[in-house]
Amino acid sequence: MLGQSITRNSLLLALFAVVTTLLIAGTYLLTKDTIAQERRKAEEKALLEIVPARLHDNNMLDDTLVAKAGKTGLGLREDKTIYVARQAGQAHAVILPVIAPDGYSGDIELIVGVKRDGRVAGVRVLNHRETPGLGDKVDLAKSDWVLSFNGRSLTEPSVEQWAVKKDHGVFDQFTGATITPRAVVAATRRALEYAQTHHDYLFGSSTKPDSATTNDKAEPASNSGPGAL
Amino acid sequence: MASASYKDLSLNGLWKNNPAIVQLLGLCPLLAVTGSVVNALGLAAATTLVLLCSNTAVSIIRNIVSDAVRLPVFVMIIAAAVTCTELIMQAFAYELYQILGIFLPLITTNCVILGRADAFASKNSLAPAMYDGLMMGLGFGVILVLLGALRELAGTGALFADMDLLFGSMAADWKLVLIEDYQAFLLAILPPGAFIFTGLLIAGKNLIDAQIKRRQDAHKAEPVVGSKRVRVTGTIS
Repeated sequence: MLGQSITRNSLLLALFAVVTTLLIAGTYLLTKDTIAQERRKAEEKALLEIVPARLHDNNMLDDTLVAKAGKTGLGLREDKTIYVARQAGQAHAVILPVIAPDGYSGDIELIVGVKRDGRVAGVRVLNHRETPGLGDKVDLAKSDWVLSFNGRSLTEPSVEQWAVKKDHGVFDQFTGATITPRAVVAATRRALEYAQTHHDYLFGSSTKPDSATTNDKAEPASNSGPGAL
Repeated sequence: MASASYKDLSLNGLWKNNPAIVQLLGLCPLLAVTGSVVNALGLAAATTLVLLCSNTAVSIIRNIVSDAVRLPVFVMIIAAAVTCTELIMQAFAYELYQILGIFLPLITTNCVILGRADAFASKNSLAPAMYDGLMMGLGFGVILVLLGALRELAGTGALFADMDLLFGSMAADWKLVLIEDYQAFLLAILPPGAFIFTGLLIAGKNLIDAQIKRRQDAHKAEPVVGSKRVRVTGTIS
């Protein structure tokens, strides 16, 4: 009697496990392509904000390099994707993934566009948990503060002045929030330094701009997890 | 229980036994995503959909499943419903999916859903079970949206910001700035604001209930005046 009921119940459970799994698998298969499309669209939107369509003629989502995790200055904990914007085959800007580990509440995920000449093409905050109303002004939706990086480079202002005004730098801090902008300024500076030291890797050899581009596609863009948005 | 009328079901879900402010179930998402109307609406829709699906499925299989494995089966059904909802939302409202983030999968742990599956759907036939799911979902959703609206208004002085995340580009200019040059009231948007406003909503509901009761009592008292003989034993109903 007991054995019978155990058998019956386990069979029942197994049956439900199979049915619900099938259901999920079916929905997954049906929505898979749409989701991939949406994800790409969202990624592309962020990239196009930094390097508008008229400034490049390649598909940045497919033209990528790898940013290694570890002590590269980008602060990444896992390998991420660098997107390359080209015009007539020549890399003219790269979009680097950067993490500012020293935000007010946890990591701030950024993408920083760096032009060939070492100037900032644009900075966008992708993901953060900063205090609403104070630190979240680094988000372009809340304030256009991040636009103040546009056109800056490591020589302009000088490296010592890559800081918020409170630390004798040139960038504004926000009323009531210094830690967040400080973290973003430092992360942007580190991204520029990375671009400077890895200039050949990112932009191809400076003397022969076209020769090095063939092996740039070392990795497909598939490793762009949710963090890349 | 089986004879519960649709009117009772609606009244229960929306008011008398409201999952959010009477049963106080699912407080975690309630407090976490109600910073703005659009977030609240997104989670409300997702929760209602899950509740409807799970109640329907549970009611259909209620006679097959034995008591011993009832709960694991319900949990499987709910988890499947949530996962499917998440996938669908990811496909058709991607930006909202990103905003709701972890709270979408966490619908699985919303006690309202397992609670209704076990307390109602597993004992009732299909139509009332579906209706109950819908009403409970609506009751939860109304409170979510109300809380979102209150907090958004108190926090930013505006309403319906970013509605295009949910309704596409036609909703881009739905934002209502009710108070110009509003000094943002941070507390309302931060988690403590959620607790305070939830408390106010519960207090408000209790106030209305007390009012209704007083009015009913006053109404009831009148016919007694004429009769001297009042039955004092047995149950009065």
